[in-house]
Parts: sequence; structure tokens; C-alpha cells
Amino acid sequence: MDVMPKWAEVILVPLISLLLAAFLSALIILAIGEDPIAAAKLMFEGAVGSVRGWGYTLYYATNFMFTGLAVSVAFHARMFNIGGEGQAVLGGLGVALVCLYVPWPHWSIALVAATAMAAAFGAFWAAIPAYLQAKRGSHIVITTIMFNYIAAAVLIYLLNEFLKPAGAADPSSARFAAHLDLPTLNSVLNGMGIKASKDDSVNVTFLIAIASCVAVWVLMWKTRLGYEIRAFGHSGSAARYAGINPTKIIMVSMIISGALAGMMGINVVMGEAERLVLNSVEGAGFIGIAVALMGRNHPFGVFLAAILFGFLYQGGAELDFWTSIPRELIVVIQALVILFTGALDHMVRMPLERVFLAFRKGGV
Amino acid sequence: MDYMTLLQVLDTTVRLAIPLLLACLAGLFSERAGIFDIGLEGKMLAAAFLSAAVAATSGSVWVGLLAGIGASVALSLIHGLASITFRGNQLISGVAINFLAAGMTVLIAQSWFQQGGRTPSLTGAARFNPLTLPFADSISEVPVIGPAYSELISGHALVVYIAFAIVPLSWWVLYRTRFGLRLRAVGENPAAVDTAGISVVGLRYAAVIICGVLCGIAGAYLSTALQAGFIKDMSAGRGFIALAALIFAKWRPWHAMYACLLFGLFQALELRPDIIERLIGIRVQSQLLSALPYIMTVVILAGLGGKAIPPRAGGEPYVKER
Amino acid sequence: MNTTSPAIELKGISKAFGPVQANKDISIRVMPGTIHGIIGENGAGKSTLMSILYGFYKADKGEIFISGTKAEIPDSQAAISAGIGMVFQHFKLVENFTVLENIILGAEGGWSLTTSLAKARKSLIELAAEYELNIDPEALIEEIGVGMQQRVEILKALYRQADILILDEPTGVLTPPEADQLFRILGRLREEGKTIILITHKLREIMDITDTVSVMRRGEMTATVKTADTSPEELAELMVGRKVLLRVDKAPAKPGKVVLDIQNLRVVDEQGVERLKGIDLQVRAGEVVGIAGVAGNGQSELLEVLGGYADGKGTVLLNGEPIDLTGKNSDGQSRRARGIAHVPEDRQREGLIMDFMAWENTAFGYHHDDAYRAGILMDNAAIRQDTEEKMERFDVRPPDPRLSAKNFSGGNQQKIVLAREIERNPDLLLIGQPTRGVDIGAIEFIHQKIVALRDQGKAILLVSVELEEILALSDRVAVMFDGHIMGERMPNDTDEKELGLLMAGVGS
Repeated sequence: MDVMPKWAEVILVPLISLLLAAFLSALIILAIGEDPIAAAKLMFEGAVGSVRGWGYTLYYATNFMFTGLAVSVAFHARMFNIGGEGQAVLGGLGVALVCLYVPWPHWSIALVAATAMAAAFGAFWAAIPAYLQAKRGSHIVITTIMFNYIAAAVLIYLLNEFLKPAGAADPSSARFAAHLDLPTLNSVLNGMGIKASKDDSVNVTFLIAIASCVAVWVLMWKTRLGYEIRAFGHSGSAARYAGINPTKIIMVSMIISGALAGMMGINVVMGEAERLVLNSVEGAGFIGIAVALMGRNHPFGVFLAAILFGFLYQGGAELDFWTSIPRELIVVIQALVILFTGALDHMVRMPLERVFLAFRKGGV
Repeated sequence: MDYMTLLQVLDTTVRLAIPLLLACLAGLFSERAGIFDIGLEGKMLAAAFLSAAVAATSGSVWVGLLAGIGASVALSLIHGLASITFRGNQLISGVAINFLAAGMTVLIAQSWFQQGGRTPSLTGAARFNPLTLPFADSISEVPVIGPAYSELISGHALVVYIAFAIVPLSWWVLYRTRFGLRLRAVGENPAAVDTAGISVVGLRYAAVIICGVLCGIAGAYLSTALQAGFIKDMSAGRGFIALAALIFAKWRPWHAMYACLLFGLFQALELRPDIIERLIGIRVQSQLLSALPYIMTVVILAGLGGKAIPPRAGGEPYVKER
Repeated sequence: MNTTSPAIELKGISKAFGPVQANKDISIRVMPGTIHGIIGENGAGKSTLMSILYGFYKADKGEIFISGTKAEIPDSQAAISAGIGMVFQHFKLVENFTVLENIILGAEGGWSLTTSLAKARKSLIELAAEYELNIDPEALIEEIGVGMQQRVEILKALYRQADILILDEPTGVLTPPEADQLFRILGRLREEGKTIILITHKLREIMDITDTVSVMRRGEMTATVKTADTSPEELAELMVGRKVLLRVDKAPAKPGKVVLDIQNLRVVDEQGVERLKGIDLQVRAGEVVGIAGVAGNGQSELLEVLGGYADGKGTVLLNGEPIDLTGKNSDGQSRRARGIAHVPEDRQREGLIMDFMAWENTAFGYHHDDAYRAGILMDNAAIRQDTEEKMERFDVRPPDPRLSAKNFSGGNQQKIVLAREIERNPDLLLIGQPTRGVDIGAIEFIHQKIVALRDQGKAILLVSVELEEILALSDRVAVMFDGHIMGERMPNDTDEKELGLLMAGVGS
């Protein structure tokens, strides 16, 4: 039986989880001898207090939208894809190969090709664990973790052996051609007559991320494939009865998931670094887990949660710069969000359900 | 390859296998009781940090070890709270614990020591130093056995010998005691345990606490024996390799030891690419070697090497059926 | 006056699960050395009551007295100490443990397993001799049959020196001869002075073995009588609260051409066990063929292979054309396309997605249907419209297409499935356990719908473990045992006794 109304389920539960996480983070900041209120102020100013701050917040949010959508699509098929990190690494590699070795006349054409390559590489990296899960019963959580490490090794190997320009010390590729730079949203806004400073952060990839949110929404709730994915995720035995092919669903949902994670590569490689570097993904694949849980696996929820984490990320960078609080604070917040919205969901939910039950009994 | 080189490689194998082995046995107790634990990595990391930090501050590695175990058990209890008391998703809880440890260790290390997320280097009594076993020096001249004894068997930290002793101990506890019977039963069919009048919750908490203690020792070994101090992310995926070894070993203690020694050998060879080059005549990339345990795990998980059947109630919270 | 106090006395027991009142103010007395039956329909609250007595659940209100003294039973440990043993409907055994390990679990009597096992092995031999309960102590549970597993459960209780033994639907998985053997054991236990509570929904068992019987209906205790003073008819009426229709009104069948023709059908499950061992069966248009049998003799596999989610070998013809038993065209979608509809045995695990709304469930399995699509998208509005109409025709309450399946009662859930499958105008309807966990009113409705479909000239293959239901609905009865069809009978020429023998594998 549903005890809580839907709005409580989708708004109240994540909100309380978030407040709990924020409260504990504040305690931690206090414990290491800093002022949590001052820290919060600094984060707000740094992340949303200026156009530049917004630029970075949305730049990070772009990454998290891709990885959050990736995790949530897999979640719908009851697959826990912890491999977003590795899939994003591969996606970035795909982008770099396209940009380095093909002489594109214009960034827009290159962007289409890069998107396709990023999705294809990410999908490929997810397809192997998916195949092993579907055909051999290998637990996808363990295999995707392993594929993260293997992806990291592959990247180092390729950078060192092939992509690094001769004589360079850094394990990173050559710069892409200058005309392949993706236009930042600031220049787009300026083109539309809105005055914005010329800062190099959030770029057109943000629009691709929003389009992906919409596309995932249509896919999950408006198409037969999405219907089958959700049915399979809710009940494997019922899906079998209905003639929904489990192998197909596992493969397709993971391929879509991997492709979305891979597309993050456009933002960080083509949009920001403009070359392939070692640590471009920086844990965004894992943040996708927190974003998906926080966003209740709904694309709109993922959109909001991604912006929240973008804010935290940019705010955390400011803290790292101005105070003695290291960036790792964000990892802690991320852990707490995963803990409260994911693993301790019942702890948050049970007292709430009791309240609603009492309310209902009293009311009717 | 000459005999001494072989001994050196095996010696390194043992050193590197120990944290894997302890974490693997930790996972074994937890998973045998039906609680999946992908948070071994985080628990090890937390223990590595706190044992190094406390050892550095107190000057005693034993106090450090206790602190490390305390940190690891605290995370175990969070895992227990989420997956036993509140019947949450055990995998998600494990992920959260890994990040919690990754973030908190650096946060606290930075505010405590201001050395960029490290602890000071440990020396003297703040470390587990190598023990020289009796007669190690006197028989080292005896051919074959002598060097093997003095180089390979002697000269490890105490924790190494403890870890090897825990293997038969775990076997004995699991298969020869009442507690072991109940632990295995609760991982297979908790309803059977419940209706027999035994507390499922109590047993599972006991299991995650044992898991925490063993992970704690593993972590302390990393920072106070294998290395001399804590550095950021020093567990470096060992918790996941231990998990892989556990699957490889099909959740059995002796097999866990063999699996961990094998993965330890890969890590030892990664440090000595020259040996492989001499053996097979090809220069193998060190990245490939570092990825080898992960690739092996995937291969094992793919079922090439016998099907690994986890405990039947594993990963599922226990809810009394209606 | 009788001076002995009752072995068990419950006073005013009440228990609610959320909004569902499972037990309402129940009182009961059971005298020592007797067999006391508790009878009632599925969901009447029998198992809940006994689980409270066994400390598995905690009562909201009420008192328990054991041999005249008030007892607190907060957990199973307390129940065991009070001398109560329980054999659950679904056995609580560790599959990959030995018989002996299962028996000592929780009653080891010391930390050393070696000692405990040796001690238990000895007393097991004594117990086996005393109660004629022979068993191999070293056998693994997963390798012995259900009858033996039940014996392990009884031995578990006896090993803990239980004086009071509760058995919850013990014969559900047994063949009639196995059930007879169980009853002989229970008689023997009664002779030894044990008190036994037998929970069942089968009248015959109550009449055969109990001394006294209590009847439960919708969480309430409606009567307690001496078995000798009552009749099955009276008990049946007490159970359901009014005269039951054991017969469904229907005209004689007019079987037409053969719709389903099964020839030498075999199914091997994932563990490599052959579950169907060469089935031959025909179902004609306009007839209901009922498959009788104890659960687990291949009926489920038969429905699964015909419904398209288990692979089979052999030949199955639908209207004379073969259907694929393996490969791409053997899935549920292909079956539906060929005109086979399927109401599965377990609506909660198979027939419905409990978290999906009613309208989403109405498209389930038919979501590729052209009526439900708009271009490349699904036409959700059309599905909702269709659901609303179906809900009205099948009197689903509440008639809200946006309500999740889990929020409907069992009967209404089954109607949602039935509406989806029947209204497709299939040539063949596969229907398993059509009225399991369904209230009386809905049972009649469902039975009428099945008969009406037959009268439209459709072929119907019915699987049910309720022999009464099989006899009431079928025009022909086939009995399955151990993957074989033991024989076919016409319902008018047979009785429960003959079918019972066939169900036990005693051939004709």
C-alpha cells in the first residue's frame, strides 16, 4: 500500500535527506575548526554569486546530468552501473580521437561526430559488463567497478604510448585545432543580445545535456522500449511472462547508460581541456550515483540534482581556494547524500510514513 | 631467473597479499552472513589513516592499530545500520562508505597535520617492524632452505603472521563452531535462523563487526607496516581486488588465501617488469600488469573457472514474510 | 469437572498489519493430548494467529496461557522454551545444510559443533525409533523430497522437546499417500501425549483426524466444536458465512475442433531436471480441460512452456499449425500474436507489475499492440481509455486506472489480469490458479467469465491445485504426477478419491 502521497515521495524525502547531509557536513566543518555559515556563504558567492560562478556551476552540472542520467537509466532496469567513471573515460578518448585525427571544417560538424564517438565508446565499455551479466550472470556491480580500473589503465597506456606528442612530459594529448573550440554559452547569450562576460566554462554541451534529459524522459515514459525497461526493472519474473527479453533489456539499458556517461567526454575534453588529459573525469561518474538517487531516477529530478551538485562542486573549489577546507568535503557530502537517499532511505521514510498514517487516520 | 630473485618476488608477493587477504576474510565473514560489502575499500582506507595518525601522535603502533580497527568498525556499523536495521540497499551503502572514507580521511588529515592529506612518516615503535624469526641468521647459509627461511619466511611484520593464522582460525570458526553454523545459516536462509529462535539481526551485526575488525587490521598494515605513513587514497583499489579474490575463492577461507597470494604475485610482478621481460622476452606495459587482477576478476566472473554461487540470502535484507 | 488446564489458551488476541485487521479478538482453548484443527479460507488469519503463538509476530492485544500459566512470547526463542514447535507452510530449512545441521540449528547445546552433531545424531536415532520418523541424518536438504523435509521440520520440534506442535497447511505439498502417512505420525504423537494444532483449509483433513475444530473467517473465530458433532457441510458454511456454490452452473460442453494438440512435450529446467516427461494432451474449442495435481508435478512448467517462457521439446500444434518451443519465436509476445492468452498462476510475481498503475498493467504483454501506439510512441491516453472501459465491464473496484496494482485487493487484481487476457478474444486461454487468494464474490465472477468464454467456443486449459475448482469447472480432467499425465477422466464419472490416487502416482 502507498502510505505517502506522491509529492511527499518525490519532494519531501529527498529534501529531508539533503538537509540531513547538509547538517552533518556543517558539523564536520565545525569539527575541523571552520565556520559552517561562513563556508556556506563563500560557496554561494563562489558558485552562484557571479556570472563566472554560474558558468562553472553549470559546467559541472553538465557532467553530472550525463552521469546521473546514465545511472538512472540503468537503475530503471534494476542494473546498478558503478562504471560511469570508466565509461566517461572511454567517451573522452573517443572525442579526442575524432578531434585529433580528422580535419573537421567547423566545430559544429566535429561536435556531431564527437558526440557519436563519445556515446559509442561509452556504450562499448558498458556493453561488455552488460553482456557478461545477461549471458553469464556476472554481477554487474563488480564487473563495472573492474572496468573503471581497466579504463584508467588503458587511458594511461594510450596517452603514454601513442597520444602524447613526442618529447612532452605530461601524459596528455596534443591540443585540438583552435577552430574546434566549442562556443561557451556566454558567447551564445551575447549573440542573442544578453550581456554576459566572456568566460570559458559552460558551453553548448549544456544544451546537449538538457536535450538528453528530455530524450530520456520520452524514452522511459513514452516509448515501448522504456516501458519494457521499467517493467523488467520492477519485476524480472513478470517481464519474462510478458515476453520481454531480459538479455535485450540488460544490453540496451546498459548501452544507453554507457553512451550517456560517455557523452560527458564532450564537455570535459572538447569543451574545456581541448585536449585529452589524464584526470578529466574526476569522479563525475560516481557523482552520477548521488545525482540519480537524489533525483529519484527521474530526468527532471536528475536535472535539478545535477545543478545542485554543480553548485557544490564549484562552491567546494572556492572553499579549497580560500579556506583550509579541502575539496574532499564535496566527496563527504556526496557520500552522505548517497547514504541518506540510497541506503538509509527507510530511516528517512519510516517516521514520515508514520506521520502520514496518523494524519490519514485522524483526517478520514 | 635466479633463486634469490625468485625469493625476492615471493617475499614481495607475501607483503602485498596480506592486506588483500585480511580484507578478503573480512568480506568472507560479512557475505557468509548475507551482507554484501563493497565498502571493504573504504574501511581499509579509514583504518589506514587513523592508525597512522594515532601511531604518529602516540608513538605506539599498537594504539594506532586499535584506533584503525575502531574507525573501520564504526563504518561497519553504519553499513549494518543501513543494511540490517533499515533494510537498505547493501551495494549503495557500500558505495557511500567508500566515498565517506575517501573524503573524511583527507579532510581530517589536512586539518590534523596540514601536510596535504598525509600523516607524518612513521618510525620506530610507531611502525610494525620486521621480525627476525629464531635461527634466521644461523641457517641462512644452508642451501635452498636457508635463504627461503631467512628471506621469505622470516623478516615480516607481526601482522603478516597474524593474517596467515587467521586463515585456519576462520575455517575453524565457520565449520567447527556453533557461531559458524549460525553465521552460514543466516546467509543462506535467515528465516530458518529466525524460527529457530536466534536473532538474525544479532548474527548479522556480529558478522559486520568481525568484518570491520579484519578490515581495520588490513588498513593498519597498509600504513604502519607496508608503508610508513598514510597518503591519500592509499588503499588503491585493494578492497575491490579482495572482493574479486573472495568470488574467486567461492567464499571459502583456504581458497581465499590462495587467491590473495595469486593477486599479490601480480602486484609483485608489476613492480618488477624486468623479470617478466626476461622470462617471456617481451616488455609488458606496467599498466597492463596493474590491470591484470581486474581483468582476471572479470574473466573469473564470466564463469571461466567454475560457477561462483554466492550465499543464497546475500544482498537481500531480511523481512519476515507475511 | 475437568481439572486439567488447557495446553494452550489464547484470550482476546488481536493483530493488525497496517490497515488490515488479520486477527480480531480471538480466543481459543486446546486440551492436552488432542489434535485441534483450525480451518478457514485463505487469508482468514489462521497463519497469523499461529505465528503469534510461535512468537514470530507480536499480538497487538491479548493474552497467552500455556498449561494454565500466563506466558509472554515475544520471540520464537520464548515459544521454543515454552515447549511449542511449529512446522511452517514454507519450510524454514537451510537447503545446503544436512538434515542433522538443520535439526541442531539454534539448539546446539554448546559451542563445539563436533560435539553437538555427535550428540544430536544419537538422539535422532532414538526419536526416529520412538515416532517411526526414519531419516538419513547426513543427507542434504536440497537432495531430499518435500515429504522428508517436512519430517525434518517435525524432528526439529521434537528435538527441542516440544509438547505442542503447530502444523500450518502441512498437506499442501504432499500427495494423498504422503498425507496419510503424516496423519499416522500425528496420531502417534497424540498417543504420546503431544498436543497438536493443525491449520488447514481442507475439510477432509479436519474430519479425518482432529478431535476439536475451530473455524475462522475474516480474522474472526466463528465457532469451536467437537469434530464428532459436526459435518463438512456445517463447517463449510461456517467458513464462508453462507451456502457455497460447489457447482458452477453451466450447460454441457459442445467441444469442437482440436485447438491445442500437445504431443510428447518435454521440459528440462535450469538445474537439468526433467519436469515434463512426455505430455500428450488435446484441448478442443468450447471445452475446459482441467489439470489436477499436487503443486510441483509439472503443471507450472506446462503453463510456462505453452505461455512462452520456458523452452520445451516435442510438438505443440495450435489450430493444426506448430508453435515454436525454443528460440526467438517462442516468447510470450509470439504466443499472444498466435492467439494464446495466459492468466498466470502467480499474479503478483508474473501477471502484474505491482508498482505499475492499472492502465500500465492493462497494456502489459500487449504493449506492442497497434491500438496502443501513436507513431513511434505509446498512446498512453488510448491505454487509459481502454483500461477504464475494461474496469467497468469487470467491475474492478476502485475503477481508477491510475491506481498502482498493489493498492487493489487480490480479487480486483485478478480481474485486471483476466480483463486484459480474456478480452483479446484468444483462441486458447491458459489459466493457472484462477481464484487463489481471491474473495468469494470474485471467485463466482471469475468462474462465470471462464464458463462464458468456453461457451463462446474458446479452448481453455485450467490448472488448479483446488480439486473442487477443477471438478466444478472442467469438462475433462487430466491428472499430472511427476511430469506425466496419469490419466484423463470425465468429472461426472470420477470422484476426489480416484483423482487423489492418480495425483499420488497410483496408476489406473
